[in-house]
Amino acid sequence: MIPSAFEYATPATLNEAMAMLAADEDAKLLAGGHSLLPTMKLRLAAPTKLIDLRKIGELRGVSASGGGARIGAMTTYAEATASAALKGYAALIDATSIIGDTQVRNRGTIGGAMAHGDPAADLPAVMLALGATVNVIGSAGSRAIAIDDFFVGMLTTALEEGEIITSIDLPALAAGTSTAYVKFANPASGYAMVGVAASVTMSGGKVSACRIGLTGAGPSATRLEGVEQALTGSDGSEASIASAVANAGDGLDILGDIHAGEDYRRAMVSVYAKRAIVAAIARA
Amino acid sequence: MTTITVTVNGKSYTRDVEPRTLLVHFLRENLSLTGTHVGCDTSQCGACVVHMDGVSVKSCTTLAVQADGASVTTIEGLANGTELHALQEGFWEKHGLQCGYCTPGMIMSAADLLKNNPNPTDDEIRHGLEGNLCRCTGYENIVRAVRYAAEKMNTVNAD
Repeated sequence: MIPSAFEYATPATLNEAMAMLAADEDAKLLAGGHSLLPTMKLRLAAPTKLIDLRKIGELRGVSASGGGARIGAMTTYAEATASAALKGYAALIDATSIIGDTQVRNRGTIGGAMAHGDPAADLPAVMLALGATVNVIGSAGSRAIAIDDFFVGMLTTALEEGEIITSIDLPALAAGTSTAYVKFANPASGYAMVGVAASVTMSGGKVSACRIGLTGAGPSATRLEGVEQALTGSDGSEASIASAVANAGDGLDILGDIHAGEDYRRAMVSVYAKRAIVAAIARA
Repeated sequence: MTTITVTVNGKSYTRDVEPRTLLVHFLRENLSLTGTHVGCDTSQCGACVVHMDGVSVKSCTTLAVQADGASVTTIEGLANGTELHALQEGFWEKHGLQCGYCTPGMIMSAADLLKNNPNPTDDEIRHGLEGNLCRCTGYENIVRAVRYAAEKMNTVNAD
């Protein structure tokens, strides 16, 4: 399978990349290409131009930042997994070490995954649980998008036309916080049929705060706010977790397919929410 | 057309390619290096795995233009003259193949695995080869072949 013909450019700066993007409304940004190129090979996408971001140095690398961490958009999953600055974010490493396979992790990027907004991608759940901020730049300047506002719908994010993700900021984890990500993977593709990330803060034997992110089950990643409310204030025991997740899937927009029907997938939201919370607390 | 310069198995090549040329087709059709195979063509089977700047990648999901300036190693670049790489020898000795179609990619993925983990357990070998499919062997002998290569490489390194 060969993509339709397109032009190719490797801008050296963000300004150059933004100018190219503004000049051609059918141009696409190329990061790792592991979502975009398969789509182009199937001719589901036929951009006129690929603007490869690989030569823009400021998009690369992970750094500690104000107690938290800043992940350059072009950081690959393999680089993130190996990064000392991200070691404390166990849920992120859970995800970046199991996405796709070794070769996908060597090419696929954190920023690319976020921009694509695939409803079955792993990272959206993790970023929701960690309370990340997506930093973007566009012709109107730079802005920071809170993760709770970022995933708008199926393959749709809050990114405006012409905007480029530059980095993702992870806030410092509060004392007593531990995190985990678990998924029910599609046996063929490995994509999440249900994936849940949990960030749980324990204080004085009680859950003082938590954020739970869900991916794979519906048209876009979302927080499980009902579970968060039910879990907060509890003692974090297995019984209290079971009670908090009992109706986790209720009221959610759930998609069914040949691998897992809607009812089954909804039931699995509870199962995997529980596993993620138990795994996070076990790391405390 | 875009002019690219790629170092493949230690030799520099400058060629004009269409931007939509996949790296695997560049290797096979422009450079006549047909050891790298096209299997599923959907980044699942791993028959097309090569190393690019030191890490394994699926060359069916990489554009040749993305390899401009990069150093690529294919299965043809693994042996040292007539001396087989420990993995090639392992696949021979342990009968790690039947039809052989997946073997080049399997070996290139295994080489990446052993570089990062010189002494993997059988589980780690299986996990490390999750991006490579073999429809003949049932994988048992592939795992034995990689274990053979790890042991041989560790022995040589210990000498």
